[in-house]
Amino acid sequence: MKRLVPILALAAASLTGAPATVIQNATILTVTKGTFQGSIVVEDGKIKEAGPKVLVPPGATIIDAGGQFVMPGIIDCHSHIAADSINEGSVSVSSMVGIEDVIDAEDIDIYRALAGGVTTVNVLHGSANSIGGKCAVIKTRWGKDARELLFEGAKPGIKFALGENVTRRGSGRYPATRMGVEDVVRQAFTDAKLYQKSWQDWESAGKAKGELAPRRDLKLEPLVEVLEGRRFVHAHGYRADELLMLMRVAEDFGFRIRTLQHVLEGYKIAKEIAAHGAGASTFSDWWSYKVEAFDAIPYNAAIMMRKGVLVSLNSDSAELMRHLNTEAAKTMRYGGLTEDEALSLITINPAKQLDVDKRVGSIEAGKDADLVIYDKHPLSNYAKVLKVMLDGEIYFERDRDMSARAAQAAHKKALIERARQQERRAREEMKKNAPSRRPI
Amino acid sequence: MNKAVCLMAVLPAVTCFAETPTALAIRDARVVTVSGPTLGKATVVMRSGLIESVGENVTIPGDTWVIDGSGLTVYPGLIDALSTWGLPEPPAPAPPPPRPSPAPARPGQPSPPPEAPRGAMGPEDRPSNTSWVRAADIFLANDRRLEQARNAGFTTAVSFPTRGIFAGQGAVVNLAGARAGEMVVASPAGLYLSMSTAGGIGFPGSSMGVIAYIRQIYIDAAHYRAAKEMYARNPSGTQRPRYDRALEGVLEAPLVLVPVSSLVEIDRMLRFSSELKTKTVLYGGHEAYRAADLLAKSGMPLLVSLKWPEKGRDADPNEPETLRVLELRDRAPSTPGVLAKSGVRFAFYSDGIQNPRDVVKAVKRAVDAGLSQDAAVRAMTLAPAEIYGVADRLGTIEKGKIANLVVTRGDLFDDRTKVEYVFVDGVKFQPTPEPANQEETATR
Repeated sequence: MKRLVPILALAAASLTGAPATVIQNATILTVTKGTFQGSIVVEDGKIKEAGPKVLVPPGATIIDAGGQFVMPGIIDCHSHIAADSINEGSVSVSSMVGIEDVIDAEDIDIYRALAGGVTTVNVLHGSANSIGGKCAVIKTRWGKDARELLFEGAKPGIKFALGENVTRRGSGRYPATRMGVEDVVRQAFTDAKLYQKSWQDWESAGKAKGELAPRRDLKLEPLVEVLEGRRFVHAHGYRADELLMLMRVAEDFGFRIRTLQHVLEGYKIAKEIAAHGAGASTFSDWWSYKVEAFDAIPYNAAIMMRKGVLVSLNSDSAELMRHLNTEAAKTMRYGGLTEDEALSLITINPAKQLDVDKRVGSIEAGKDADLVIYDKHPLSNYAKVLKVMLDGEIYFERDRDMSARAAQAAHKKALIERARQQERRAREEMKKNAPSRRPI
Repeated sequence: MNKAVCLMAVLPAVTCFAETPTALAIRDARVVTVSGPTLGKATVVMRSGLIESVGENVTIPGDTWVIDGSGLTVYPGLIDALSTWGLPEPPAPAPPPPRPSPAPARPGQPSPPPEAPRGAMGPEDRPSNTSWVRAADIFLANDRRLEQARNAGFTTAVSFPTRGIFAGQGAVVNLAGARAGEMVVASPAGLYLSMSTAGGIGFPGSSMGVIAYIRQIYIDAAHYRAAKEMYARNPSGTQRPRYDRALEGVLEAPLVLVPVSSLVEIDRMLRFSSELKTKTVLYGGHEAYRAADLLAKSGMPLLVSLKWPEKGRDADPNEPETLRVLELRDRAPSTPGVLAKSGVRFAFYSDGIQNPRDVVKAVKRAVDAGLSQDAAVRAMTLAPAEIYGVADRLGTIEKGKIANLVVTRGDLFDDRTKVEYVFVDGVKFQPTPEPANQEETATR
């Protein structure tokens, strides 16, 4: 019996599938549990252990990260990558459409985001209308298909928008003013309440009487989910007055805005945002690119954070998302945030905003092994991403990418040459087959 | 016996007849039946538009006019699996009617001007939806393209209206006849869907919108059917469901055609079509060489477009193209070969290629890229017949089937092959020679 136990233990270890991985001897920035020199043990896609000294499982793959820095995968709370269409702007309430229907798993921006350390992305509908479409939370699992990209278990979301993008003059679409936006939102939720009631009445009485169920309205269903707290609202807005308006409307209808997006005047109403319970996802220092962005200040994130708002930084750009680490660093200069606070803006805070913080956002045992290895401190302008691990597998390696470039260039050249040869052959065939022209 | 000899002597020389023969036979030709092995030297007998017999030892009845088939190959007539041949150019979409003024005119006050025409406000306005239009009802027997198609070897087309999101119902039509009615083989053949948006005016304005719209229409159709059934069982005391011709069209379609091009779209539409709960056929499929396993597992048939991706005529030769574009252009013609090896059901369609001769040439590119000759012939004959449920009538050379044949001198997909005869519903056609200088390029 004594001899069998170690054999069984070994067998059990190999039954779990892929062998463990250990990232060794790096500076580990857990974000929530401090920073230390140490190692991380990854098993079955999860962080098994992270500390100054870890137990290395037998047969584990060792990644020597000596002199390097490891942080949790970056979470971008506002992005439009990986989708074949962004805006259904023809109508003011387009809640029937959803990003999930048009996920483009082969969008190169996913790979580029990965190379910038981003592992989770909140892909939003655009800001063309007051109530936009449904959103999708994905992980940048480059190479997987559209269904596998989705962050399983993430609560669904929907996009609202306020202000200039929505009230475009001359489009002929109502609303043309900010007061109209409030009306559109109120009307939509009034309709949703009636729709909700019609289904409740059917469930409680009509069904038993053999009545036909009400017609499913794909536009109102997500709004009912919002009313019932089953769908998050991410609302794009800039000006303090319109943000306050939306929070009041939400409170009138009995729900809460999950995050305010951009929220560049959030510093003016930080207390009100905190009281409502909304999170804020903003830029580091963009300003004045629109009239409504005129009053933006780079201290926005820091001020809101100090007033008790859950703040994150986002990119809203396929280019900016590749250096969110330096965006976060700016809050140390503008606002005096500590390193951990700055890093939290792109890790644990957006994770909490998306309600996926039990899975991602920090380096803690039990969480998904979404880890980024940098060659320098991630808050440094000189830091480069060396490796990205997602769900315990390496999805990006800088060395591998660089060394593959020559082969790809040769492959492309061969294709161009082959196409040229085919063209030449086709032209010769045509000349051969065409009857000769007789001179007039 | 004398009569037969007389007729046999006269026949090969004469190209048009004063009287149509009751029975026709092609003797001693190579016959590619598609339903079985190719017969090296066989005879096909046709009577009253149907195949009476086919085989190596067939007795030719006394009243048959015989064509000497030595040196000729007989194939089942080619079928264009998704076509617009025979259908009139769709009229430009009418501008949406102006919305009724909200406020009623009060006496003494001028009525408010009607609002400018706007696009659809949502699925309830049924934008881009003409699902009730049937190709069989608008088919033009005198379309000039039909003769061109026959000259290239086509005897049948599955023609669909193609304008709009829910464009309309198609029909399987034989490509010769005095009136459209006698040409129709099966109608409706299916509902054609496209991902076109409303062109900037009204809903839907994005592919997300189109998908949501299609989804809502199918939900509405199911609800409509349930409401109608419930009303029919007991109308007393209940509100009647409102008649909706768009939904009637959706409900009567035996299958639905869904467009796909890239691997991402194939994956997306395979999942989306399972929501529609109706028999689905995908069309397009140029990147399907990467999706063979996915398609094989789903069992869904694919119509492969023969308009292979080409570099644009006016493209800037110095502009760098991405690896993806280059790969697709290089590998797209290999799709049919890959699909055939994986057991995916597929058929070819013309996809708007102007000259039907070029359609057949395009098949040759697939053969060059790895598709077997047999599989190529099948993809233009039995496969489309199976997909549209008319394989009991068309698609092979078998006793009892409709006498649609193409007779060539040479292999069907060879560049130098001539089409000698085409039979549609047993009526013989001889392709007119192509005008000279057709393919010449300008010298200046």
